[in-house]
Amino acid sequence: MTLVDTRTPNPDYFIAGATGDWEMVVGLEIHAQVTSESKLFSASSTQFGEPPNANVSFVDAAMPGMLPVINEECVRQAIRTGLGLKAKINNRSLFDRKNYFYPDLPQGYQISQFKDPIVGEGEVHLDMGDKIGDVTIGIERLHLEQDAGKSIHDQHPSMSFVDLNRSGVALMEIVSKPDIRSSAEARAYITKIRTILRYLGTCDGNMEQGSLRADLNISVRKPGGEFGTRCEIKNVNSVRFAGQAIEYEARRQIDLLEDGGKVEQQTRLFDPKTGETRSMRSKEEAHDYRYFPDPDLLPLVFEQSLVDELAADLPELPDEKQARLVSAYGVSSYNAKVLTADPANSDYFESVIKEIKQMGFDGKEMQSMGHTVAHGISNMIINELFGKLKDSDLPIEESRISAAQLASIAALMRKGDISSKIAKDLFEIVWSEGGDPAEIVENRGMKQVSDTGAIEKIVDEIIAANPDQVAKVKDKPSLVGWFVGQVMKASHGKANPQAVNEILRSKLGL
Amino acid sequence: MTDLTKLSLTATRDGLKAKDFTSVEVTDAYLGAIEAANPKLNAYITIETNQARDMAKASDAKLIAGNGGMLEGAPLGIKDLFATIGTHTQAGSHILDGFLPEYESTITTNLWGDGAVMLGKLNMDEFAMGSSNESSYYGPVINPWKGEGSGTALVPGGSSGGSASAVSAWLCAGATATDTGGSIRQPAAFTGTVGIKPTYGRCSRWGVVAFASSLDQAGPITRTVEDSALMLTSMAGYDKMDSTSVDMAVPDFAAAVERGVKGLTIGIPKEYHMDGMPDEIDVLWKQGIEWLRAEGAIIKDISLPHTKYALPAYYIVAPAECSSNLARYDGVKYGLRVAGDSIDDMYELTRAAGFGREVQRRGMIGTYVLSAGYYDAYYVRAQKVRTLIKQDFEKVFADGVDAILTPATPSAAFAIGDKEMAADPIKMYLNDIFTVTVNMAGLPGIAVPAGKDAAGLPLGLQLIGKPFDEETLFAAGRVLERSAAIDFSPKQWW
Repeated sequence: MTLVDTRTPNPDYFIAGATGDWEMVVGLEIHAQVTSESKLFSASSTQFGEPPNANVSFVDAAMPGMLPVINEECVRQAIRTGLGLKAKINNRSLFDRKNYFYPDLPQGYQISQFKDPIVGEGEVHLDMGDKIGDVTIGIERLHLEQDAGKSIHDQHPSMSFVDLNRSGVALMEIVSKPDIRSSAEARAYITKIRTILRYLGTCDGNMEQGSLRADLNISVRKPGGEFGTRCEIKNVNSVRFAGQAIEYEARRQIDLLEDGGKVEQQTRLFDPKTGETRSMRSKEEAHDYRYFPDPDLLPLVFEQSLVDELAADLPELPDEKQARLVSAYGVSSYNAKVLTADPANSDYFESVIKEIKQMGFDGKEMQSMGHTVAHGISNMIINELFGKLKDSDLPIEESRISAAQLASIAALMRKGDISSKIAKDLFEIVWSEGGDPAEIVENRGMKQVSDTGAIEKIVDEIIAANPDQVAKVKDKPSLVGWFVGQVMKASHGKANPQAVNEILRSKLGL
Repeated sequence: MTDLTKLSLTATRDGLKAKDFTSVEVTDAYLGAIEAANPKLNAYITIETNQARDMAKASDAKLIAGNGGMLEGAPLGIKDLFATIGTHTQAGSHILDGFLPEYESTITTNLWGDGAVMLGKLNMDEFAMGSSNESSYYGPVINPWKGEGSGTALVPGGSSGGSASAVSAWLCAGATATDTGGSIRQPAAFTGTVGIKPTYGRCSRWGVVAFASSLDQAGPITRTVEDSALMLTSMAGYDKMDSTSVDMAVPDFAAAVERGVKGLTIGIPKEYHMDGMPDEIDVLWKQGIEWLRAEGAIIKDISLPHTKYALPAYYIVAPAECSSNLARYDGVKYGLRVAGDSIDDMYELTRAAGFGREVQRRGMIGTYVLSAGYYDAYYVRAQKVRTLIKQDFEKVFADGVDAILTPATPSAAFAIGDKEMAADPIKMYLNDIFTVTVNMAGLPGIAVPAGKDAAGLPLGLQLIGKPFDEETLFAAGRVLERSAAIDFSPKQWW
């Protein structure tokens, strides 16, 4: 792989050192477990959480004379992922053997793809906020490989146990180009890859269960200078740890270089307890994996028609969905990004829109403050619902407010039956008690007062009771907000704020 | 009553079908012969007496019912490389001590499906590495043939030495074997038997312990060409569990045996004239040419220019694959384990104790040629040579050649413990000089006994065919067999 610097050094990312500014260069290898019923080369189940060695076939245990047979679903998943990364799909690729001895590697080699991977170059877009803007991270390649089993060292005083349930499970190794320049970008990149994989349904992205792990390649240099010597931090299993590990490692390398030392090419481990990285093995101790094409497998060849078919069935991806929520519904770009980060959230949002359409709205109607009804719904999800879900530790799929109920609340608001303040109260009631929001509003007298006569009466009372404020409002029209507040308070929140506003303005002569 | 063990596989099958005798009778005859001979020949590692009788009884029931398969009731020997459920499967190695598979190889499944009876597991060179059957953990196999007036024990060839010896000495009606560089054809030539290595992909490798995956191919060793065709018909077939197996219909090979060679073009490659080759071999080769010509074949001189690179390239590719294929024998999961102070220690002690010298040698060669810095110079170049060898054959076949005739081996069987070969492994490797090209190109090749040397030991000729054209090999092989008209029965001394 030839290293090409695609980025312009950005001072916002510079790291101050004693000898001046430094810049980090980061490339990631993400190992994502392919979502599939069975393993890459055997019919064993991939089910997580089974008793040790429950999901082991003769092939997985490397019994003499056993042969691998490619699981075509894993191939389709890799192609889908490649398409999702806007990458080149290689219609001919090869499986190689990566040879090393370890008890949890029964064959004595891992079947992987070394020279000719199934997916070539692609790219991923990161939204790094207003200051940095959009960043494109290049994908070098994606290849299929087998996972190893698990060695368990704490069950016996002198022996280790081996669990082969994972042995042979399909992984996709997604290799980025060295295009990442900060820990924030690295975190955003992992998050984005995980989002894309979840949208595609090709990996569940569950880092706690080890479905997604990252190897981090880090080097430092003077801004825009030659690439430095890199260290690789293996097997980081959380986005937060990845950020910490990169920060620590970049600083370690800078300190080393500024002290007149040299960075040695090493494989390192990150210890989440100390927040530090430590050396696992040096370049000299590196394995010679003796890669060569696996003679048990033919080259992996497929027709372009398969790729076209999979491309046609590809779901909408986060970038496209985000853009569509903005353009089709007037959701703010920020809210659209938050909602699309997890397909479950955007699915919920779209269900609400679907429901409210059945109530006679299209979501694009303007609501107060220049926002659409749909944007209001996105706010309700992000500001109210997410908090509730987090407090009760529920996934959005198990939300105690259904999409229909949320749509109903939004419709009541839009119709002017309830104010936004009452909407919040109603949300609380529906969350804790359930029920039809419209009935609740009706039965509990929560409907807002739009009757001008009733409002006028309250307005008159407030004006009469506050002559000082009335005098001031002529010079300071923004004080009208104070009057609105008083009227709303007096009406126990039920007065229609728009009506209140209009009546107040006319009575105050504004 | 005739000695049932002296019948060919085809005659056995026919006699059973005609109810001339029962499978239990023929099985017992073989079991008796094995009991008497095995202490001298060491062809079998295990004899499955009870299982054989049970299978024979079941076959007899089918024969009586008239629904027997194509090999119903015929007793076979199985090379120790084939996984057979619950019975000894150790590839002739110490490292698989105590290993009993819970699965059955596709090939033996096919044979049992066609009604064959298993007598036991046959001795072999450890992990199919060897040309003399002296590398077996279970001791050398002895060739039933001896030089006239000589008491010297001879090798049966390897690695399928147990298979060849057992077939030649009437210890089974036919045997499974495997061929990675000549391991079917060379022992067949040394014992006066017929051995075919079919086209790569013709027989499933599933359940056959791997030596070098891109070269390994199973085939039968039998006493006649007709038997060879019959047994291969049963063994062969597409298997979706072997990704390198080829999805092609298996013809009835036996139907091709008497097809003759009239009008066929037989290529004679000039590169197979080796310096220092015994005159007898050359004379036999010329004789073979004349026999084919006499039956109407067109003889054509051809050139396979990259032949001389085949053996060195083979001894890179095969060890490279073996070094990786044998990595699984590490003492962790099954077989031998020699405890150590650490995991690395355990690996080293287990593999040092479990593998014999030849396997260790090839493992080291293979590890070396795949190492960083050597890979391109050795492995990649050897693969290029392999392509060139393949192209040599493609070219002559495209030029109208139907099959190629060569000697099978550069000599007749040699003595057990041959000092020159023991001292210089390359001398041993030269046994495969005429056979490795066929594995490198993935082609079918058959060895047919065609003559004898001055000491009365069998010599074989080899026919090489186009991919998946085993039928032509059986037809031409039959012509050689018929023309030679020699009784290849060893004089019984055991």
